[in-house]
Amino acid sequence: MSECESLAMRDEPRAAASAMLAHEGGLHARPAIKVVQLAKRYAAHVWIGTAANGPWIDAKSIARVMAMKTPNHTMLYFTATGGDADAAVKALAQLVSDEFRISPNDAG
Amino acid sequence: MRTHSRNVGIVIVSHSPDVAKGAADMVRQMVGNDVPLAWCGGNADGGLGTNVEAIVKALESAWSDRGVVVMVDMGGAETNSEMAIELLPEKKRPKVVVCNAPVVEGSVMAATESSGGSAIEKVRQAAEELYSR
Repeated sequence: MSECESLAMRDEPRAAASAMLAHEGGLHARPAIKVVQLAKRYAAHVWIGTAANGPWIDAKSIARVMAMKTPNHTMLYFTATGGDADAAVKALAQLVSDEFRISPNDAG
Repeated sequence: MRTHSRNVGIVIVSHSPDVAKGAADMVRQMVGNDVPLAWCGGNADGGLGTNVEAIVKALESAWSDRGVVVMVDMGGAETNSEMAIELLPEKKRPKVVVCNAPVVEGSVMAATESSGGSAIEKVRQAAEELYSR
């Protein structure tokens, strides 16, 4: 089952947020690690994508987020389901807006 | 030094101390300090190789009650790591796993997963996902 299908099958309300990636080198190793570390701070299921309607990648999977190889100046979309979904997508969009300057230890 | 026993530990074993230290530097700089981490490499004469005693020390140094994953480069690094695990106290042995993953990338992936508080099996999967893709 693809991640798109697993997301589509969920009837729960979804939180969503987006932010423009403006970081030299795009979503390379270090920014990808920060995204995953921040996503993991939330209980919600969190996905990342480069279009508003997906396809969606599990934002807590470091191998998958790094494999996106998202170039700079790409709009990043986050969607999430679960109790702290709103907080998760807001924090992730903020991390991107801040060009990943937030230490994972300070966020969330 | 802080203790980070709430997260799974990482031990990096390479034939080259430079590779092992370099991979550990990448983990510290890219992932941070929330993961117990130790590295070892080279034989007792200062040449390339791996050393069971050094691996045992690294395992003790990066010990976490939630377990330790061992990242190895090839050949003797893996067999010596398995011998080192056998030298641990019996109750510790089941908490150590050797990952089938590239040593540098796998170390960073495993540490990222561990830093989020994941259990040892998820940490191992994160490292090995690179080979299974």
